Amino acid sequence: MSLYAADSHVKLRRAQSLIMLSLCSVAALVGILVLGLVLYFLAARGLSHLNIKLFTVASGDGDGFAQSIRGTLQILGVACAIAVPIGILGGIYQQESKGKFANTVRFLTDVLNGIPSIVIGIFVYAALVLPISQAYPGKGYSGWAGGVALAIMMLPLIMRTTEEMLRLVPSALSEASLGLGATRWRTMLSVVLPAARGGILTGILLAVARVAGETAPLIFTILGNEFLGQMDGQVDALPLRLFKYATDVDEKHNQIAWAAALTLILMVLMMSIAARLTTRSRMQEDK
Amino acid sequence: MALTITTSKSRPGDKIYLGVLGFSALVLFVLIVGIAATLAWQSRLSIQATGFKFVTLSVWDDAAGTYGIWPFLFGTLYSSLIALLLAVPISLGAAIFLAELCPKWLRTPITFLIELLAAIPSVVYGLWGIFVLTPFLRDKLMTPLADKKIPLFQGAGFGPSMLTAGVILAIMILPFITAVSRDILKAIPKAQREASYGLGGTKWETISKVVLPYSRSGIIGAVMLGLGRAFGETMAVTMVIGNQAAQTDSGISLNLFEPGYTMASALANKFNEAQPGLSTSALIEIGLVLFIVAVIINSCARLLVRLTGKSVNK
Amino acid sequence: MKMNVNNSKDEEIFPSVIASIDAHDLPEFPQDICIAAENIDFYYGSFQALKGVTLPIARKSVTAFIGPSGCGKSTFLRTINRMNDLIDGTRLTGKLTLDGEDLYDPRVDVVLLRKKVGMVFQKPNPFPMSIYDNVAYGPRIHGTKNRKELDALVEKCLHQSALWDEVKDKLKQSALALSGGQQQRLCIARALAVSPEVLLMDEPCSALDPNSTHRIELLINELRKDYTIVIVTHNMQQAARVSEYTGFFLKGEVKEFTTTQKIFSSPSQKETDDYINGRFG
Repeated sequence: MSLYAADSHVKLRRAQSLIMLSLCSVAALVGILVLGLVLYFLAARGLSHLNIKLFTVASGDGDGFAQSIRGTLQILGVACAIAVPIGILGGIYQQESKGKFANTVRFLTDVLNGIPSIVIGIFVYAALVLPISQAYPGKGYSGWAGGVALAIMMLPLIMRTTEEMLRLVPSALSEASLGLGATRWRTMLSVVLPAARGGILTGILLAVARVAGETAPLIFTILGNEFLGQMDGQVDALPLRLFKYATDVDEKHNQIAWAAALTLILMVLMMSIAARLTTRSRMQEDK
Repeated sequence: MALTITTSKSRPGDKIYLGVLGFSALVLFVLIVGIAATLAWQSRLSIQATGFKFVTLSVWDDAAGTYGIWPFLFGTLYSSLIALLLAVPISLGAAIFLAELCPKWLRTPITFLIELLAAIPSVVYGLWGIFVLTPFLRDKLMTPLADKKIPLFQGAGFGPSMLTAGVILAIMILPFITAVSRDILKAIPKAQREASYGLGGTKWETISKVVLPYSRSGIIGAVMLGLGRAFGETMAVTMVIGNQAAQTDSGISLNLFEPGYTMASALANKFNEAQPGLSTSALIEIGLVLFIVAVIINSCARLLVRLTGKSVNK
Repeated sequence: MKMNVNNSKDEEIFPSVIASIDAHDLPEFPQDICIAAENIDFYYGSFQALKGVTLPIARKSVTAFIGPSGCGKSTFLRTINRMNDLIDGTRLTGKLTLDGEDLYDPRVDVVLLRKKVGMVFQKPNPFPMSIYDNVAYGPRIHGTKNRKELDALVEKCLHQSALWDEVKDKLKQSALALSGGQQQRLCIARALAVSPEVLLMDEPCSALDPNSTHRIELLINELRKDYTIVIVTHNMQQAARVSEYTGFFLKGEVKEFTTTQKIFSSPSQKETDDYINGRFG
């Protein structure tokens, strides 16, 4: 049998291989094309409507979303203040309990992570906003409630990364400390936690980036505001403003929505890049 | 649930420390139970009024005080199905391309693009859906096919529709399923591929008969996770689905060009009009149903992955 | 376990030379050449892994390649079925022929080539399927669909690889449940199932225990009657036990190629002597 003259069966198989692989490449091309179109329109339309006034004027006063940006930052701040300490402590718990309840806790983080954001929103509405509004008519919707909703979404993310990062710390390190007679909390606080610091920070940044664009939970909690609001009342957030302006009949508002989308993406992107930079600098430290 | 940790030497400092830790872990448990309990409690009016008919009734009418979510439930299932049908073949093809065919210089930019797109918030996809995808589908697909009477490909056809929602969902889960599947394909040992090539297998034979079966459980997991995302997705869908039940007795229609509702979009959409009392309670019950469905899907995904994982490793 | 029954017997006859090789009759260079390498240079990117490799491989006999790690012996083995094609940025110059046909001719179909030149890898790599499906994988892709034909072929190959008695009752069970040694014999059966002419073995015993190793060596001794076998090994005793011809590789070059008997008794090169006597490696 010669190696040169392929019989018809081999030719058929080669053709089949070529066709299927071409189909895969076409699929990749289609995917990239569609996703490219999304990015193209965001960049093109966003840039053409972006101007500095958007960041200084509140929606109620003119063409801008200054109050939304401030609101988003405030709400994210509240969310971090709640989720970061609890998330880190919960992550440490998983590491310290050495698998005893870790599986249960991991399962629970997965469950919480899999709950749609809108359900978190309606939960905070049902648990906080509704009771307060029933007790004090006219109150209820607040920046705090929005912060709580986003904190619930961040919590499982932070717990998971904290646990993973702590697990990467060599056990010899903590054993050395325990062996010197240090208590467990001292060992964790002064030896293990500092070693995992960079990774945990990356996890927090990624969690913030992920919830920064969330809209559904905010519909039920902060309601929105065209002016700068107080945290204990209705406030605005960038994704919420974007939603309202995108579904508005006013064409001017539609254009601002594109600019808001670009702004939002740049915010998310900056946080992701910051997260990546922390990881990189940490890796260089390790070298 | 006991969340204590046994210590060989109990020191007071450590006791407090472990207590604090246990409390933090407990928060998760309390939260999940709390979500279920709160939603159930706050929807008690609706549960009492409608009972199980809540999921089978086709009418949602504030004036009549009738609340049924069958069209929403159907819309959630149908739009997710459309999304999976569109996204899974493309994602798998793209994942195979990235893992097996892609030249090195192209790998980094594509990976970056995928990560970028996975990070874009859903409301932004919704914006794109309203102003780019909806007019495109209307002008290029719905209007030309308007009088053709092709099964499924008919309906109101004014833009926002079940199809539009399915397509936007597909676009959103595409980067996610692609990225996870690519990682899984990459993790298949080189020895497996070499064994197939060494026997004279073509590239496609190696991929389809060795690599894909080997990674089956992981890919099923990726698809299920994508499904979980599509199911609970709110903003993008709300913005393009039309938020209108089909004009049929059952309130549902298989026609792709017909507008519809999903549970999440109905919840977001009807919230502004809700009156205190039964109306609000019924909305919260939608949240409860979504919560239950989400927990079921996620548990199934996990179970399925574990079962297929076992059968492969036997 | 069946393997234990044979254990004591095997160890008793653990000989220094298994093969019934009549070493004295062997010419220093093989007469009937199956594969011929002429001046092969091979590059991974800018790194040259093979330098002017020239050697013959005798038909229906065992040729062993020895040498320290990174000497190019595995690389050379993988040029014979063009496995290196799978790695980006590799390049080969020189002439490599199988039955007189240039393996790197653009007209060569690697599918046909690899059907003709089977390969057994360093670590047993059965597919995560049943034992039967593993052996039937090759014939199936090459177009054998008939169930009876496949059954017969699977049985024949498992007999050839001395695995049949151990697995005949569990052909439908996963191949991953077999022991390492059994897995490797399954991989040999799988390679035989596409009826190759040449069998390449890349350190087939390096992941196995001594007993399994011995069984593979016995198997190689059986297979030499029907197949041209090329084996890369770290284990010099193994080369001495199973092969007729041996090539000694060092830093990408063939330092010495001759009969196994000669290379181990009176090597002509100092490096060969040093390596064989464990002065480096």
